[in-house]
Amino acid sequence: MYALLTGPLLWFSFAVFFIGLGVRVVLYFRGLDWRLDRVAYTTQLPYGLKGAWRSVYKWLIPFGTHSWREKPVFTLAFFVFHIGLVVVPLFLEGHVVMIRNGIGLSWPTLPQGLADFLAIAAFLAGVGIGIRRFALPEVRILTDFKDVALLVLTLTLLASGIMAARHTESYMTWLTLHVLCGHVVLLAAPFTKLAHIALFFCTRIQLGMDFGIKRGGMKTNFDW
Amino acid sequence: MPEGKLCNKKPVSTREELDALLADSNGRQYYAEMEQLDVDSDALWATIQKTMKSRLKTWLEICAHCGLCADSCFLYTVNEKDPTQVPSYKIQSTLGEIVRRKGKVSNEFMRMCMDTAWSKCTCCNRCGTYCPYGIDMGVMFSYLRGLLHSQGFVPWELKIGSGMHRLFRAQMDVTVEDFVDTCQWMVEEAQEEWPCLEIPIDKEDADIVYMINAREAKHYPEDIVEAAILFHIAGENWTMPSVGWEMTSLAMFAGDWEACKMQVETIYSAMERLRPKRMVATECGHAYRATVIEGPYWAGRPDGKPPVECIHYVEWVAEALETGKLKIDPTKKIKEPVTVQDSCNYVRNAGLRECTRIIMKHIAEDFREMAPCKEHNYCCGGGGGFNGIGRYRKQRNIALKMKREQILATGAKLVVAPCHNCWDAIRDLEEEYQIGIKWSFLKPLLIKMVEVPPHLRPEE
Ligand code: SF4
Ligand code: SF4
Ligand code: SF4
Repeated sequence: MYALLTGPLLWFSFAVFFIGLGVRVVLYFRGLDWRLDRVAYTTQLPYGLKGAWRSVYKWLIPFGTHSWREKPVFTLAFFVFHIGLVVVPLFLEGHVVMIRNGIGLSWPTLPQGLADFLAIAAFLAGVGIGIRRFALPEVRILTDFKDVALLVLTLTLLASGIMAARHTESYMTWLTLHVLCGHVVLLAAPFTKLAHIALFFCTRIQLGMDFGIKRGGMKTNFDW
Repeated sequence: MPEGKLCNKKPVSTREELDALLADSNGRQYYAEMEQLDVDSDALWATIQKTMKSRLKTWLEICAHCGLCADSCFLYTVNEKDPTQVPSYKIQSTLGEIVRRKGKVSNEFMRMCMDTAWSKCTCCNRCGTYCPYGIDMGVMFSYLRGLLHSQGFVPWELKIGSGMHRLFRAQMDVTVEDFVDTCQWMVEEAQEEWPCLEIPIDKEDADIVYMINAREAKHYPEDIVEAAILFHIAGENWTMPSVGWEMTSLAMFAGDWEACKMQVETIYSAMERLRPKRMVATECGHAYRATVIEGPYWAGRPDGKPPVECIHYVEWVAEALETGKLKIDPTKKIKEPVTVQDSCNYVRNAGLRECTRIIMKHIAEDFREMAPCKEHNYCCGGGGGFNGIGRYRKQRNIALKMKREQILATGAKLVVAPCHNCWDAIRDLEEEYQIGIKWSFLKPLLIKMVEVPPHLRPEE
């Protein structure tokens, strides 16, 4: 089972993930329409690119925007959660070795201690985000089954990874669960809200261009 | 009854239709007919498929339901943090639902959507700047308004408003003759004090073409004369067009995109006819947005710009003060604490946050910022058509509370509001809550303070 999951099936899931998200990005940009969106994307491209860049990088910095600063606790949880989910899988030694064995590519890895710390912090932040979802009426009213399912999936992914790294007796069970969740995430990403992995950049670029071209970007930079 | 006599899917196209609507007091018959109006689900779905592309579709789909937009919306805050006022909820439960049901929605549902679109969102676009994905509910509600309009579910006043634009190319029944006459007699009266004053109509190749809000022609013509006096003192070579002088767009509030296009094309052809170097827009937020920001797209101009460079009145004043075209008598500066209302339409949505600060530096001794201010300021409470819709007066009055708190916190006694809508909202705010403030456009303040060059001084 484990061999199958980390062998050919893994490459299949990766393919779905990358091709699927790639298609979504292409479709997104092809579906933009200067008349319907009322943004002169191509004729004012330099202003658009400036706005797009500012809109993306400001939002990638913790506390970089008014919105992030207004909700410091959530912002902290949000960044810890996402850093754990992006940085750890990319730079964890176990993952990098697997990639090297598979396709020969390799890159530096995180010290195990730091990886553990980031993963556990991300898990706790995720739990916090989950509690907030139910504790605050303004978030509860928005929450649906899919939101909860995705959160449970990512938390299971993190928890099983953390447990697998402990090398306890039940090591193999945790590892299998971890790999299984990993597959689900990769396969589901293009078709669910997980697509925000790529679409976050798309919508931020779009609104950045909107502000950069049309809503004042030719006179001042918007203060995100 | 699939279509009513007053409430139907057809926009106003004749004077008789308009008069019939106007004769219906408070839209009583209109709203009664609306309860019987059929929803054309096929047409609704066809429109959505044709016009709802990447941007809106993705916005609806990827909203993380994180609720970060909640506090960004003043309507959520002033309605005691009612969860149904969370921007994301408001759009998901209306537009989102129409899309999910592929347009198969009931009359009752459409009326709920109408109430939400016009009384729970002023299209101020603040939430869009607080959402990590940049999901802009103001844009989405404006789209929803368009859908509702196409099905006849639009507030009575706005059906009239966009009908006015269709018939008169103005939000009110001001004809070309009315407009030119108004300018003429106003200037004649003012000439007693300002001997050489004029309002040049249809002058070609001037430096400035000045365009206004039809309410100035209809209800406060003194505003036009004040503009004329200030241009006169500043020595500007300016003009106004006899046709195409009105730059507001109630049609934009109504979601009547066809009427928006008709309106803005009239203005652009005036620009093309008179070939001015620049256009100066009067002190109005939504007029500026309609003509300068959105208008080029309605008219199908690929560069997204009007035919000539357009600036808002605050830009002209700031420039005139900085270059010395207008000089302020230092002894006449405003002494009492004063604050300024940043109109969403030309500040958050057009980048003009600095001009009013430059102006304040010249004219006020004790200028106080609202918190938050500039592009993060809240809507005055009456934007997006909210001010003018009788059906939602109660909700509008609640909406004013945010501005009340912001103004009170500054301690200012005077609010400068260089926007017609904001000006109205603040007037209503004082009427409703009596917090002891005054409010003003810039022009009357400037006239009281500006130094008049000796050769223009009226003879004693
Ligand atoms: S802030 Fe954006 S992503 Fe979050 S709930 Fe509001 S609209 Fe959705
Ligand atoms: S556009 Fe303004 S009024 Fe409308 S939901 Fe967003 S913040 Fe609220
Ligand atoms: S009326 Fe003024 S403050 Fe209110 S939405 Fe319009 S521009 Fe903004």
